[in-house]
Amino acid sequence: MSERITKNMARNIYFGGGLFAILVFTGLTFDTVKQIPKLSHDDKITASVALGKKVWENNNCVGCHTIMGEGAYYAPELGNAFQRLGGGDEEVFKTYLAGWMAAQPMDIPHRRKMPQFHLTPEQVTNLADFLIWTSRVNNQEWPPNIKG
Amino acid sequence: MKYSSQMVAKPYFIFALILLAGEIVFGLAMGAQYLYGDFLFPAIPFNVLRMVHTNLLIVLLLFGFMGATYYLIPEESERELWSPMLAKLTFWVFAAAGVATILGYLFVPYATLSASLANSFWPTMGREFLEQPTITKVGIVLVVLSYILNTTMTVIMGRKTTISVILLTGLFGLAFFFLFAFYVPENLVMDKFFWWFVVHLWVEATWELILGALLAFVLIKTTGVDREHIDKWLYLIIAMTLISGLAGTGHHFFFIGTPGYWLWIGSIASAAEPIPFFLMILFAYNMAKNRRIQHDNKIALTWAKGTAVVGFLGAGVWGFMHTLAPINYYTHGTQLTAAHGHLSFFGAYVMICFTLISYAMPILRGRPHGNGPKSQKVELASFWMMVLGMIGLTLALTVAGIMQIQMQRLPDAAQALGFMETQAAISAVYMVRLAFGVMVLLGLLTYFYSFFVKEEKAYA
Repeated sequence: MSERITKNMARNIYFGGGLFAILVFTGLTFDTVKQIPKLSHDDKITASVALGKKVWENNNCVGCHTIMGEGAYYAPELGNAFQRLGGGDEEVFKTYLAGWMAAQPMDIPHRRKMPQFHLTPEQVTNLADFLIWTSRVNNQEWPPNIKG
Repeated sequence: MKYSSQMVAKPYFIFALILLAGEIVFGLAMGAQYLYGDFLFPAIPFNVLRMVHTNLLIVLLLFGFMGATYYLIPEESERELWSPMLAKLTFWVFAAAGVATILGYLFVPYATLSASLANSFWPTMGREFLEQPTITKVGIVLVVLSYILNTTMTVIMGRKTTISVILLTGLFGLAFFFLFAFYVPENLVMDKFFWWFVVHLWVEATWELILGALLAFVLIKTTGVDREHIDKWLYLIIAMTLISGLAGTGHHFFFIGTPGYWLWIGSIASAAEPIPFFLMILFAYNMAKNRRIQHDNKIALTWAKGTAVVGFLGAGVWGFMHTLAPINYYTHGTQLTAAHGHLSFFGAYVMICFTLISYAMPILRGRPHGNGPKSQKVELASFWMMVLGMIGLTLALTVAGIMQIQMQRLPDAAQALGFMETQAAISAVYMVRLAFGVMVLLGLLTYFYSFFVKEEKAYA
C-alpha cells in the first residue's frame, strides 16, 4: 500500500486529519464543559463538599482507592461508598465513616492496611459530604453492582 | 559521534536507567504488599509506594526523551546543540528536584507535603500521577521549557528534517498539555475531565509523536533506508495517532459523569487507536527488510522492532480489549486496566528509551559500530528477560482482572463477592505476577551487566 502513497500525500493526511481531529475534540470539549455542571449537580457542591475534596487530595486517597473507577486498585471503590457502607442514609454513613477512620490501621495479620490519617471530626464530615456528593453524579449507572 | 555536544545525552541516559531500577524495585515492593499487607507497613504505605513507582516512571521517561533528543537533534540539524551548557545545567536541576521529591514522598507524610507553602497557595496535589508538590510541577515546567528552547534553537539554526520537526511538535504538545496539571476545579467531574488532558493526551497523542520520531531516527541509522521512505511512514503513523487518539480520549469519559455521547465517540475513535501502533510494526519490519547497510549494532535494531511489537501488544491489543463502552462497563478500574497500563508503558515508552540508549550509548562510549558481540549477546538475553517478564506480568494481571470481573462485577449484588474477598481469592495470581516482576528486575540487572562485558582484544 505504501508504494502508492507519496510523502506529500502522507503529510497532507497528517495535517488535514490532525487539524480535523483537533477541531472535533475541541468542539466536544466545549460541549462537555457546558454539560458537566448539570450532570454532576454542581449547585450541590457546598463548602463542606469542596473541603472534603481537599481532604481526599491532601491524603492521597486515590493512591489506594478508585473513585468512579479511577485511581489505584489496592482498595475498594469509593464513588458508591455512600450506598454500600451507609445504605444511602447520610447520618448512618457519617457515623460509619468516623468509626472506620478512627479504627485504622486494623490489626488483622496480612490484611492490606489503611494508614491512620489523624483527621479531625470536621474533616471526616467534609470527606463524607464529598463522597455523598460524588455518589449522586450521573455517571451512566456505573458500577454494575453495589460491590463497586 | 559527529558532534561533541551529543555527549550531553550520556548522563540523561544513565540517570534514566537508574530511575528505572528504582521504579522496578518499588513495583516489586507493591507486588509484595498486595500479598502481605504488613510488608513495609506502616513505614511505607501502599499509596506512597505507588506514587514513587509511577512518578519514577514519568521522570525516567522524560530523562530518556531528553537524552534521546540531545543525541539526535545535533545529527539531524547538522550542527552542535544550541547550548550544551544549558542542557547540562538542566540535567542537574531536574535530577536534584526529582530526587528531592522522591525523598519527600518517602520521609514526609503526604498531608504535610500538601500543607506546604506553594501547595496551599495553589493546590495541585493528590491526583493520580500528578501527586508532585506544586513547587515540583513548576520545576518540571521550567525544565521542559529549557529543553524545548534548546531543541528549538538547534533546529531553527540548522537543517530541518521531518524527524526533528515532528519531535519538536510532540515536545510542544507535551509542554502544553502538562499545563492542565495546574487546573484543579472544585467539581470532581470537571477535575477528572481535564486530568485526562495531561494523562491521555500525553501517552496516547503527543508522546506517540515523540516515539515515532525517535523510532524513525534509529531506523534510518541502522538500516540506511532513505529519508523519503522513512518520512512517509512517519507521517502516516502520526496522522493515525492524532485521528484516533484525540477523540479516543473519550474512552476515559464513559463513567465519570461526562455526557453520554462519549460512550459512542470514545468507543469508535479509540477502536482505531491500535492502527498507528500496527503501522509501527510494519514500519520497523519493512525498513529492516529493505535495509541498505548491515549495521554492527544489531541489538539496537532488535530493540526498535521490539518496541514496535510490544507497544502494539500493550497499547493496541490490551487497550482494545476493554476500550468499547459495553465491555469497559465491567472492566473499568479492575486489574485489567493495570495489565494494559504496564505493557503499554513498557512496550511503547520504556523500550523506545532502551532503543535509543542501545544505539547511542556505545557511540558515546567510543564504539561507533556498537558494542562487541559478547556484550550484545548479554544485552539480547536481558531484552528477552525483560520482555517476557513484562508479558508474563501482564498476563497474570489480565487473569486477575478477569477473575475480579467474574466474582465482583458480573453477578448481581446478592451473589457478588465484595472487593476485599475478591482480592483474597485472586492472591495466587498475584504471586505469579510478583515472580514475573522479579524476572524483569533480573533482566535489567543483566542489561546493566552488558555495559561491563569485556571483549577479546582482537575485536577492539
